[in-house]
Amino acid sequence: MNLASLSSSYLRARPLNTALSLMLLALGVATIVLLVLVVSQLEERMSRDARGIDLVVGAKGSPMQLILAGIYHADAPTGNIPLAAVQAFQKNRLVRKVIPLALGDGWKGFRIVGAGHEYLEHYGAKPAIGRLWDEPMEVVLGAEVAARTGVGVGARFAGAHGITGQGEEHGAAPYDVVGVLGRTGSVLDRLVLTSVESVWQVHEQEHGPEDKADRKALEEDREVTVLLLQYASPLAAAMLPRQINSQSELQAASPAYETARLFRIVGVGVEAMRAFAIVLIIAAGLSVFIALYTALEERRYDLAVMRTLGAAPGRLFGLLIMEGVVLAALGTLIGLALGHALAATLGAWLESQQQYPVTGLAWRAEELWLAAVALGVGLIAALLPAWRAYRTDVSRTLARG
Amino acid sequence: MISVRGLAHRYASTEVLRVPEWSVAQGERWLVLGPSGCGKTTLLHALAGLIRPSEGAVRVAETDLKKLDGGDLDRWRGATVGIVLQGLHLVGHLSVRDNLRLAQYMAHAPQDDARVADALGALGVADKAARRPADLSEGERQRVAIARAVVNRPKLLLADEPTANLDDRAAAHAAELLLEQAERHGATLVVATHDARVKQKFEKRLDLSA
Ligand SMILES: Nc1ncnc2c1ncn2[C@@H]1O[C@H](COP(=O)(O)OP(=O)(O)O)[C@@H](O)[C@H]1O
Ligand SMILES: [Mg+2]
Repeated sequence: MNLASLSSSYLRARPLNTALSLMLLALGVATIVLLVLVVSQLEERMSRDARGIDLVVGAKGSPMQLILAGIYHADAPTGNIPLAAVQAFQKNRLVRKVIPLALGDGWKGFRIVGAGHEYLEHYGAKPAIGRLWDEPMEVVLGAEVAARTGVGVGARFAGAHGITGQGEEHGAAPYDVVGVLGRTGSVLDRLVLTSVESVWQVHEQEHGPEDKADRKALEEDREVTVLLLQYASPLAAAMLPRQINSQSELQAASPAYETARLFRIVGVGVEAMRAFAIVLIIAAGLSVFIALYTALEERRYDLAVMRTLGAAPGRLFGLLIMEGVVLAALGTLIGLALGHALAATLGAWLESQQQYPVTGLAWRAEELWLAAVALGVGLIAALLPAWRAYRTDVSRTLARG
Repeated sequence: MISVRGLAHRYASTEVLRVPEWSVAQGERWLVLGPSGCGKTTLLHALAGLIRPSEGAVRVAETDLKKLDGGDLDRWRGATVGIVLQGLHLVGHLSVRDNLRLAQYMAHAPQDDARVADALGALGVADKAARRPADLSEGERQRVAIARAVVNRPKLLLADEPTANLDDRAAAHAAELLLEQAERHGATLVVATHDARVKQKFEKRLDLSA
């Protein structure tokens, strides 16, 4: 027998009270764990995907949509821009890197992105199997795409119009899979990559005029969807966005600014949920307090008996504190496990939706803080009952009966 | 073993106990007699260091209780005194065995299941070790309470009204058990009672009604 086993025996003797306290605390802790895991992982992934990209240039529209479509491939693009813009930026001395992307098609829920090899280099992606594309109509699959579709090198498929690939199929222009990328932990894992020329070719074949002159005209009208820019100097940050936005057909959006704005919007919901979780934890504290305090009356003989057996008042104090702490520790453990299980479930669902992946297997330092706070709540809730136990008047209690 | 001099205790200026002079030698068996309310329980509590008397000196087992401060007094009680409380007060949600382990734990005695089994066996309730007190008969509960009081082998065994609510046979039997256990552990025994039925079993008597 020790203080922990003795306090546990008292907790088991009041199963309903104990279950209520545990449930409230576990739900509160689980909610916060889920928020912490999801928000931190999303932030991490989003900042990694945007790393090294200072500006996204595309057609006029919502700047946030431009960022979501251009970097995260999570929204429809705002439109296309003329190819000439690419050359203009490549010549601009304020710009170090220009990565043009041609979007618009999809396959089995994954997006087909036309880009140069520099897009892969930007994320440090290398083929794990096969090679990169050389010719038009050759594609390389992101690691996640290959894993989820089960398609590998040598396969041939037709993309479909519309970024999710639900539209009409481009059956006349099938793609050949020549490689599969290694996992990068970036957005590339969920993309089908090919050359910009492939995307053009698919759409030109569609409208397929056989006439050479018409074809020439089409080629002159070639467009891309977005440009990812990296600044050459801090000066660019001051000048480029204003310059671009004053041009009538182009729009520039800053990933840093737009993702911060996005997290502010999402943040309101997160804060509301966090507040709800805090209310749950406080309610758990109250429930621990009420359970311990009301049980004191029926326990007064037990406490007096312990004193006659040789226990100092401090030990009775410790017993009650221990009950609060054991409850809090159990509730916290259940809450942590539940939070991670919920994150894993959410992650599995998001994955099936080809959305941002979330894992329940990652741990974060905030959880230690959370556990410390939850234990503190149990301790504080037990303080007053413990003080009453400490003050037990043995002689009077026993003289009463 | 026990030496009481000029002992008096008051609650809010009402004197509830006065024992001018009382000595008990090692191994003696005493009966503290008197009607309800005459201060028997108060005297036992003073002997066990559960109250600090308003006046007078109490020495038990070569220890002047006044000289011990709070924590030391508790520790001393755990090591020296075993008490069978009026109403027994076994801890309801603990098994019989755990009630005895509780006594060891609270007295800072080593956790010794052999001793627990021995104490229960000596009182004929070894087979009830895993039961809850509520599952036992009144007589069995009394045996368990005595076992709990002697499991740490106290030098002084106190019992407060151990025969209240018992019929003649059971009362006589309870007194026998206490005498037997005191004998077994070489403990001095002080029994407080207003029950005249057990008088003849004790050669020494302290009458508080006078
Ligand atoms: N904690 C207390 N506060 C006030 N009065 C008390 C207290 N404990 C006992 N008394 C009173 O002291 C007297 C003696 O009590 P007690 O020692 O329990 O008597 P007995 O055990 O002989 O019946 C009684 O009148 C009782 O009401
Ligand atoms: Mg009494």
